Amino acid sequence: MSARAPYYTEDHDRLRETVRRFVQREIAPNIDAWDEAGAFPRELYAKAGELGVLGLGFPEPLGGLPCDPFHRIVVTEELARVGSGGLVAGLMSHGIALPPIVALGDEALQHKVVPRVLRGEAVAALAISEPDGGSDVANLRTTATRDGDDYVLRGSKTFITSGMRADFITVAVRTGGPGMAGISLIVVEGDRPGLTRTPLSKMGWWCSDTATLYFDECRVPAANLVGKENQGFLGIMQNFNGERLAIASMAIAFSQTCLDEALAWARDRQTFGKPLISRQVIRHKLVDMAQRIECTRAWLEQLAWRVQQGQWPIADVCMLKNAATQCLEYCAKEAVQILGGAGYIRGAKSERIYRETKVLSIGGGAEEIMKELAAKQLGY
Amino acid sequence: MKILVTVKRIPDPVEPPKFAGGQIDTSSAKWVQNEFDEYAIETALRLAEVGGGTERLAEVVVVSVCPATKREHVTNFLAMGANRAIVVDADDTQLDAQSVAQLIAAVFRKEGADLLVSGKLSQDNESNEVSQRVAGLLDLPQATFAASVVWDRSANALQVAREVEDGVETKRVPLPAVLSVDLRIVLPTSVKNGATPEGHPYPDKPRLASLRGITMAKTKKVDVLKPADLGVSVGAKVVSRGVVAPPKRQAGKIVASVEELVEKLATEAKVL
Repeated sequence: MSARAPYYTEDHDRLRETVRRFVQREIAPNIDAWDEAGAFPRELYAKAGELGVLGLGFPEPLGGLPCDPFHRIVVTEELARVGSGGLVAGLMSHGIALPPIVALGDEALQHKVVPRVLRGEAVAALAISEPDGGSDVANLRTTATRDGDDYVLRGSKTFITSGMRADFITVAVRTGGPGMAGISLIVVEGDRPGLTRTPLSKMGWWCSDTATLYFDECRVPAANLVGKENQGFLGIMQNFNGERLAIASMAIAFSQTCLDEALAWARDRQTFGKPLISRQVIRHKLVDMAQRIECTRAWLEQLAWRVQQGQWPIADVCMLKNAATQCLEYCAKEAVQILGGAGYIRGAKSERIYRETKVLSIGGGAEEIMKELAAKQLGY
Repeated sequence: MKILVTVKRIPDPVEPPKFAGGQIDTSSAKWVQNEFDEYAIETALRLAEVGGGTERLAEVVVVSVCPATKREHVTNFLAMGANRAIVVDADDTQLDAQSVAQLIAAVFRKEGADLLVSGKLSQDNESNEVSQRVAGLLDLPQATFAASVVWDRSANALQVAREVEDGVETKRVPLPAVLSVDLRIVLPTSVKNGATPEGHPYPDKPRLASLRGITMAKTKKVDVLKPADLGVSVGAKVVSRGVVAPPKRQAGKIVASVEELVEKLATEAKVL
């Protein structure tokens, strides 16, 4: 048995095995077709919900199952094996939509939204970015104005993962004055009059839907407000920490998928009468990939351990996100190169992953923003 | 109703076996559960549960003969939904089928079980002996290679369909009894207990352990017994004299003509 890092137990192995089998049964045979079709079936949410994948890390009274950060890493690694970031992003979009509701929302709102999403009966999305700005959260423009027992939303959001079919959308809105002190989060049900959505075509992540949302006098009950008015900014920022760690985890897992595919190809492919892997230049590429993956994974696991101890090392999380997405950009590029023509043809995991690298170095906080935030945190 | 389900740990069949000292070297093997035993636990769970609900018609107890510290396969079955487990602490690699059967029969007696469900064989040595030997030791009726089973609760009996060479044989087996199961037992409608609604959406495979099941498994009771506790003295009457890897396959030859092919088949391969 191969040695595992000290953070993992037999429990993590068992989780890995069950998620691996789930992926082999339910996802692997269909993923290429889903990606080409631009969607995976909604039933997959219910199947993942039944297995417990969606509930992982959420409180038990809401239908979840508490876990440590390494359980999350294991799930991400196993979902990533089929080489589709769109699948992970779409299936797990509640992973960024629900935590603010769990952290800040009142009990009635939690019970209305969370259990249904964790069972896979409803889809959840998070809407922060706007057509006028993504990273500049403090200056977002979508407004929610109190009117009796309702809030009335005006504005729009864009690049929203699962935005087209979400039943619950956690929306960042301006309820107060300018800047971060005027921001709240509010849950908008997908069928509210005044909400319209437009699908966006993307470079990658084809099987996850991405949308622009328009709120045109969209009326939402005040009970849908997540926590207190004008106190949403901190919730958004804390949520970003989890999202960035998840993105780092995804990037490393996809890097490994690229290496696995490139290695298998290099062993199998014959060039000029010899296996490709007998070429020193190819072996060195593989080692360069493995080296980056091992370094970044070790850092991820160390940060996950710190999170487990109750710390949130923000600067480290920012730098790790950049390191991991850079690792992925490198590994995807080299894997496609090693696969040659086959790496340029749809059906190769590396081909898909190559198209999906940029979304990870931009989404959840662009590389440049990560550096600035890290610099600020480090006092540079 | 109490159903006993056996599970054997085997070296991962996906990994090529290593040979050392005239035996298969399992010192670095990854141990996994025998897949046919997954069909057995699935059968037992489908008999025991009311699909779609929480009621249970039977207790499902997993039993395995293995070192007490090497029982991940048992925990896996608890995670799938078995109620509790019994581990007979012994070095399974040193036991023959008769010894294992004696231990399982003793557990069956001790538990006062009503039904033993086993996979028809284990993927490592494929000997297909244990369930038949247990039935013999306990002097119980048996149905082997079950492809479907219907539990007639009012008559306390099983109706078992077995796929045999010339068709399907249907047997009626009064409980207590011994059942060994084949691949088709996990098709969606293969197991009926008269309580699960018709059309309940069972998958066509053994279920996956849910994440909650994995968490719950650690809290379930596992009794560890020594063979002596069961009054069984174990040892192998069947002795393995040696195991060697089959000779490596030679590279093929491309022949130029049919005449050459026939000539080589006659003179080199000596099959004509």
